[in-house]
Amino acid sequence: MLFRYIFIILVLLPIKVFALIEVDITRGNLNPLPVAISPLSIDENSKEGFKKILKVSNLGIEISTVVENNLRQTGLFNPLNKDAFLQKPEIANLKPRFEDWNLIKAQALITGKVTLVDDKLRVEFRLWDILAGKEMMALAFTTVPNNWRRVGHIITDKVYQRLTGEKGYFDTRIIYVAEEGPKTKRIKKLAIMDQDGFNNKFLTFGNELVLTPRFSPTNQMVTYLSYFRNLPRVYLLDIETGTQEVVGDFPGMTFAPRFSPDGKKIIMSFAKDGNSDIYTMDLENRIVERITNHPSIDTSPSFSPDGKYITFNSDRSKYQQIYVMKSNGKDVKRISFGNGLYGTPVWSPRGDLIAFTKLHKGKFYIGVMRPDGTGERLLTENFYQEAPSWSPNGRVLIFYRETKTNSKGEGFSAKLWSIDLTGYNEKLVETITDASDPSWSSLLSD
Amino acid sequence: MNRNITISFGLHILLVIITAMSLPFLAKKPIDLPPIVSVELIQITDKTNIPFAPKAKKIIEKVKEKEKKLVSEQAPPKKIKKIKPDAIPLPDEKLEKVKEIKKEKQNPEKVETEVKQVSEFEKKELFDTSNIAALIDKSKVDSAETTKKLDKITQDQDKNADFRGLSLSEEDALKAQIFGCWSIPLGLPFNENLLVRIKLQLKPDGSIIKSEILDHARMNKPGQGFYKVLAESALRAIKLCQPLRVPTKGYERWKELQLNFDAREMLEG
Repeated sequence: MLFRYIFIILVLLPIKVFALIEVDITRGNLNPLPVAISPLSIDENSKEGFKKILKVSNLGIEISTVVENNLRQTGLFNPLNKDAFLQKPEIANLKPRFEDWNLIKAQALITGKVTLVDDKLRVEFRLWDILAGKEMMALAFTTVPNNWRRVGHIITDKVYQRLTGEKGYFDTRIIYVAEEGPKTKRIKKLAIMDQDGFNNKFLTFGNELVLTPRFSPTNQMVTYLSYFRNLPRVYLLDIETGTQEVVGDFPGMTFAPRFSPDGKKIIMSFAKDGNSDIYTMDLENRIVERITNHPSIDTSPSFSPDGKYITFNSDRSKYQQIYVMKSNGKDVKRISFGNGLYGTPVWSPRGDLIAFTKLHKGKFYIGVMRPDGTGERLLTENFYQEAPSWSPNGRVLIFYRETKTNSKGEGFSAKLWSIDLTGYNEKLVETITDASDPSWSSLLSD
Repeated sequence: MNRNITISFGLHILLVIITAMSLPFLAKKPIDLPPIVSVELIQITDKTNIPFAPKAKKIIEKVKEKEKKLVSEQAPPKKIKKIKPDAIPLPDEKLEKVKEIKKEKQNPEKVETEVKQVSEFEKKELFDTSNIAALIDKSKVDSAETTKKLDKITQDQDKNADFRGLSLSEEDALKAQIFGCWSIPLGLPFNENLLVRIKLQLKPDGSIIKSEILDHARMNKPGQGFYKVLAESALRAIKLCQPLRVPTKGYERWKELQLNFDAREMLEG
């Protein structure tokens, strides 16, 4: 009995207690993350098979290049030079030698395998954390071989989401107005392409002038403005079937259309007798509702992602400014108070920002501000640029920019550009013709 | 029976007393305050400034006084100004040196040379290692006592230092290192709680034995996917940075460390 107590006493003898030191880390760097994208391994039979079907010599390399280009485009990742890779793709896919990848300062590694199974493309990919020495993600996709670029985009979306914490924007399309010919006699067609500029298709023939195409949230429908028989009206086009129809039977000009977040309504401007107001039309029952009623020009409406609010621009305070109101048209509040004119407001899919075009002292700016008008930030400045459209994750804006003509009227061009919210990562989006009025779709594979 | 109860009761009381005595706040000795040590702020210049020993200082002052007297009697005042006999002559040499200076100054043609010679002489004297060594030897006796006293204080403070955190400079060094290694994922929702607490076990060289996410359960909660991304980025930063810049001393103090990664400040910008 006594020994028991002695034992307890000995156990509880004074033990030196150390307070745990805490250090707060509140800053980090925003440098691009070094990522190694190993070419996806492919066996000889599959290689030969894809060569016959797709006329592509090594599909594994091609898919990894799509992923690499996508990640580089974001500005958040630094894909490392493949020449520095020490491990062969077919071995790296089985079990990466982390020391080798650590040696070239990679923090993440993408490996994978491409096979041809029953005339179908099967792609496996794995994302590895080099520093932790563990697998972060492994997925496999099966599709028709022609979809190989899309597989590359989906892989990028998955990697992007796993490493940044937000959804990607790579498996998406952009609809825009393709422009050809001299400035005074422009032919404008509706065109659609992947977000990286590939798989371009024209949706109209260029007989009528088309403007401001906008995707529906389902990506199947597009609304746009067309000058059919010189009467500008809002149209609806089904991309899958190619059918199109006029939206509403308005006794005048309708323009600046956009879908509601649920895709059930179209919001647009209707102009009559020099006055322009905002209207919505329900696509199911075709009921038209007037939202604003003011003797000024109210246009460019855009819903908030929850559908409860609408932002638009109006000259009701003498100069064109941005306003926000409830979706029933009540509680109109002006939110832009800076110098210059503000227009084309677009609500971010995240709901936290409104993008706009600003004209001040002869220069055009693309900027963002919070829905209450605070925190205005101008991201880019140029001779002429407008019509920002958000990527589905609300991280990047796409817009178009026109160049000056020289004294002979030559040198005009219109191109698509993208810029992220930091304002530093500005990129030209390659298109086969001149381009304007871009609109970004939501994620196709969501 | 009663005897057993009494023994049990007594031992329980003993147990409580011992436990209470062993608590750290009681272990402090509030009465036995360590002596206050004045801190001297020293600005470190490019060249090392070796302080003169007290005895040498006295000698220099004496030499200066004598020089002043001699020069005022025998040499023009302007020339005296150019000579700065701050050197540290040994006691038996001092008179000869003063005489030499005096003689040189009396020859007007060699004024410039004199000055040069004197400056070189000064240099020699100042950087003569044997002289400095001698002076240091002398000062050792004086400083030894002070060091003893200081040693006592340091040991005493070291005991208490075990309970202290890192000093500001130690913490800043560690923070600066991790700032450079932490790539913050930009897609995080900044209206959420973006704090990741990681407990580390470190080796004396700052390399990591074990790292543990304290809110691990949050990683698999629905709607908290961003937390996993954030936590992984913090772990990558630690691994990328290791060995961490930890103090060279006091391993017991920092062998366990908690890093609180908070991305909110950066993302709200």
